[in-house]
Amino acid sequence: MDSAWLIPAFPFAGFVLNGLWGRRLSRKQVGMVACGAMALAFATALGLFWLLLRHSPDQRVWEPVYYTWMAVGDFSVNASFLLDPLTMVMVLVVTGVGFLIHIYSTGYMHDDPGYARYFAYLNLFACAMLILVLAGNLLVLFVGWEGVGLCSYLLIGFWYEKQSASDAGKKAFIVNRIGDFGFLLAIFLTFWTFGTLDFREIFHAALLRFQPGDGVVTAITLLLFVGAVGKSAQLPLYVWLPDAMEGPTPVSALIHAATMVTAGVYMVARCSVLYALAPLSMGVVAAVGCATAVFAATIGLVQNDIKRVLAYSTVSQLGYMFLGCGVGAYVAGIFHLMTHAFFKALLFLGAGSVIHALGGEQDIRRMGGLRRQLPVTFWTFLAASLAISGIVPFAGFFSKDEILFETLVTGHGVLYVLALGGAALTAFYMFRLVFRTFLGESHVDPESAHHVHEAPLSMAVPLMVLAVLSLVGGWVQVPMLENGKRLGRFLAPVFEDAEGLLTEGTAHGSHASLWTEGVFMALSVVVALAGIGLAYRWYVADPTRPERVAARFSRAYRWLLNKYYVDELYQAVVVELLKRLAETVHEWVDRAAIDAVVDGAGAFFRHAGTHLRRIQTGLVQHYALSILAGACLLILAALAV
Amino acid sequence: MDNVFFPILTAMVFTPLLGAAILVFVDRENPTLQRWVTLLAMAAVFVFALIVYGGFDPTRTGMQYEEWAPWVPALGISYHLGVDGISLLLVALTAFLGPICVLACWRDIQEHVKEFLVCLLLLQTGMLGVFLALDLVLFYLFWEVMLIPMALLILVWGHPARRVYAAVKFFLYTMAGSVFMLVGILVLYFYQAKTTGTYSFDLMDFMALRLPFRLQLWLFAAFGIAFAIKVPMFPFHTWLPDAHTEAPTVGSVVLAAVLLKMGTYGFLRFNLSLFPEASIFFAPLMVVLALAGIVYGAFMCLVQKDLKRLIAYSSVSHLGFVMLGLFTFTLQGLQGSLIQMINHGLSTGALFLLVGMIYERRHTRMIADFGGLSTPVPRLAVFFMIATLASIGLPGLNGFVGEFLILLGTFKVKPLWAAVGATGVILAAWYMLWMVQRVFFGQVQSDENRLMADLVPREVALLVPVVACMVWIGVAPTPFLKKSEPAVGRVLARVQRVQHTAHLNSTWNPECLVSWYLADRK
Repeated sequence: MDSAWLIPAFPFAGFVLNGLWGRRLSRKQVGMVACGAMALAFATALGLFWLLLRHSPDQRVWEPVYYTWMAVGDFSVNASFLLDPLTMVMVLVVTGVGFLIHIYSTGYMHDDPGYARYFAYLNLFACAMLILVLAGNLLVLFVGWEGVGLCSYLLIGFWYEKQSASDAGKKAFIVNRIGDFGFLLAIFLTFWTFGTLDFREIFHAALLRFQPGDGVVTAITLLLFVGAVGKSAQLPLYVWLPDAMEGPTPVSALIHAATMVTAGVYMVARCSVLYALAPLSMGVVAAVGCATAVFAATIGLVQNDIKRVLAYSTVSQLGYMFLGCGVGAYVAGIFHLMTHAFFKALLFLGAGSVIHALGGEQDIRRMGGLRRQLPVTFWTFLAASLAISGIVPFAGFFSKDEILFETLVTGHGVLYVLALGGAALTAFYMFRLVFRTFLGESHVDPESAHHVHEAPLSMAVPLMVLAVLSLVGGWVQVPMLENGKRLGRFLAPVFEDAEGLLTEGTAHGSHASLWTEGVFMALSVVVALAGIGLAYRWYVADPTRPERVAARFSRAYRWLLNKYYVDELYQAVVVELLKRLAETVHEWVDRAAIDAVVDGAGAFFRHAGTHLRRIQTGLVQHYALSILAGACLLILAALAV
Repeated sequence: MDNVFFPILTAMVFTPLLGAAILVFVDRENPTLQRWVTLLAMAAVFVFALIVYGGFDPTRTGMQYEEWAPWVPALGISYHLGVDGISLLLVALTAFLGPICVLACWRDIQEHVKEFLVCLLLLQTGMLGVFLALDLVLFYLFWEVMLIPMALLILVWGHPARRVYAAVKFFLYTMAGSVFMLVGILVLYFYQAKTTGTYSFDLMDFMALRLPFRLQLWLFAAFGIAFAIKVPMFPFHTWLPDAHTEAPTVGSVVLAAVLLKMGTYGFLRFNLSLFPEASIFFAPLMVVLALAGIVYGAFMCLVQKDLKRLIAYSSVSHLGFVMLGLFTFTLQGLQGSLIQMINHGLSTGALFLLVGMIYERRHTRMIADFGGLSTPVPRLAVFFMIATLASIGLPGLNGFVGEFLILLGTFKVKPLWAAVGATGVILAAWYMLWMVQRVFFGQVQSDENRLMADLVPREVALLVPVVACMVWIGVAPTPFLKKSEPAVGRVLARVQRVQHTAHLNSTWNPECLVSWYLADRK
């Protein structure tokens, strides 16, 4: 539909209004503008969804073209959108969850002096994110891609007076730029390979021209994945995301959990045809995803900052999504993206509610026993924790299990075992968080203990809505039931070609028996319950135990607590080294070599002038002598030759 | 379209000169009137430029609005002006920045106002003349004329500490290059006289010549030195940080926005068009220097402690992109370079304007003296942020269009070059955002900073058009690109023609050099 442009236009209008006149508007008006913009975007998205559903599945593709953005010779790229079921899912998640988080923010940020600025940025983010998911070609996607990066930078560093916040924002932008470097090269290679950047044309041409395993497609997909690794915080570029927690908590929920960080997954899913043509890239995606899932989960085990635990959890869950895409289970990857948006947004907002209640405290060692004082927060947080841990019938169970199961049936046994182990870790660290925050004795410092209050309605309602979604969100894709996989059917036209390629000549997608599926499902739940059980034993039944374990394995504990010293490594090897290099070059090349030559040349002529001036004595005798000497020399020279 | 009833290009070039002449008679005690006269002259130029821009026919490749008159017929020197797609955008940029510069120095310059304004107007005449002149003597004249007011701006209104050093360095550096160009022009002239019997300095006549390869190499070098210094290309860049740092705000703006473009314009207009074979031959060297400039300039930015020096080095990096695009010999690369010249003018011009506004308030440019400025001067911070984002190539703003097209063109020729160039994009984010962080974020440390006044309406008014152009080019670059495409395509065609006929290999090895050199001699 041509009116798709309205979806990002609403938040953009909100950004302009609040950005230019926000200081003159009252808080209420600012909030109304920002939330209203998101509500309108969400309503438009729902309208388009309805229209989309009215078409038959093979006609659910719209490609509105608005104008020619850049055209030089044979290169031309349009400002165009692509609206298909995949986009629709993303748009609904972004506008829906985005709307809820805007509402929540009106409560959370209520006393902040930068209220209007905050909402302007948040609206701008929504606009950029919507452009990203609606993009009809790689370059428009890149516009959204960089746009969300900018908003992330601005919002992480929202409290710019804090050094750590502005450091974190800058780090996020630069690390993302490293990923973008790959993305840009991928765009160039795509254009010079296919002569277009338009998604549908690329995929069409790729299917005609390339066989699975062709080098060019492998190169394109690997370069694209470099971009995805940056944006979606995978190994080795994940380091910016934990630091991004310096931003206001609703920002962490919206940008660094539900939407922006999933852009990489979306991009891989969007280019599923290309990935299906590049088995090597698929393998890399799956391996990196799985490794990140486990790696980040281990760090999450011991962190004490409630938001950092959630941040590592996000990194880990994004790894699962990539694992899904990497083994060819695109639907599962997108499904997990969707459910994760619900429960992880909820976890962050719940954490925000706790932090809000405790007047800014984020250390779980100074929490505990908050269940009674914060009942809404507790119950919703619990729902989200059950969902992420993968307990039936919460949303995360269905999506994570589908990824695990697909990993297994596509023959990735090792990855399956690792991912299953990661699931146990997930359940453990999440319930460690739940128990230390809400159960047990209170370690809240007495000063703020009697200020503890449940969140206002503006914050509580989004929590409750998201809790419901964390429960029922998975029911759109139920395995083993007839007609259970509705999401899969809705998305089927998008992944048709990729899946066709993947199943070609292999036993992929061979239907494992219902019995097998049931057994592995039960195994997932058992593993998750084991994780929860262990967390209960350590943190509720015997609270002194973790310390003893930490003391016993102190070296391992320190490594985990210090996040394997990766940040320190990067700082020393990359940042400091480059700065040192720059200083040396400045000193020796710019100053000592080039400028010395330049100044030297000047000085030479000046000195030469001063000395030569002495020849100009003004005495005729001297000149006559010189002439004579010159003439003699000339004659001698002539004779010599 | 050409049939404007009066010689509009002449009017455009000499209106500032006329303004300067009028200024001479304005009361010395009335600086406000002087400023208004200057502003009016600059605005008139801008209006002329708009008329030319609007009437320009983008479908034609040749010169438009041509004006020709004999000047020194005995020597074949003529007064020949014209505009094509290559110069059109640069002329528009120059004319656009004129009034902005006058507004920018409204309060800044309080001593010798009249002389300052005269210099500014002379500079404007010189710059427009350089872009519009089609006779090489005329071109050289404007090229040199422009040097004097610029050097004076640094020398008289610069910052006392090192202004003499900076001005002399600027002047000598540029003069040294110009001398080679003058020799080159004369060689061309006499070569033409010898082979065809026509005595002419007209560019169009030179374009018709087929120069032997050997001669092309020498001439490319002679012109190239002059332009490379102006760009400035690594390693001829060291005059730039000094000149920028010591110049008054407006001087820095003009220097960055327009003067540097004369170097890149020169390469496009003369080197590529007149010496296509030599261009192909030298391309690998030029690309290596361009890439070196991109990375080297970015690295230098990381260690700068002075805002102006940092932005000056960032220019070295950005102009490296322009040079890279020119020597890819792809339409995307060349077009990207041309639009990047405009972009750099806008974004770096804006950055220098903003640094000037900060300097006016705090009388320091050292990064360490700032911190937390977002709190006292939020409006300035917003503009600074936008200019920074344009400079680091955020899509949706102008800088991205140029860098993207340049790298796209480069990738076609050699993916590795594009990869090296693209590291400049990462580094740019690093040094620019780090600078913004140190200046605008964090706690306000000193009372001087805390009491800084935010932008006044005049300052907002002069920044808004610049930002508007950044967004415009970023969102809809096609109309701009379309204006220049035929002319750029023609230059490219000249290069590509010999690329195919001569089978010039773009591998740079001494054997090729020797064999071609000797082959030509027979």
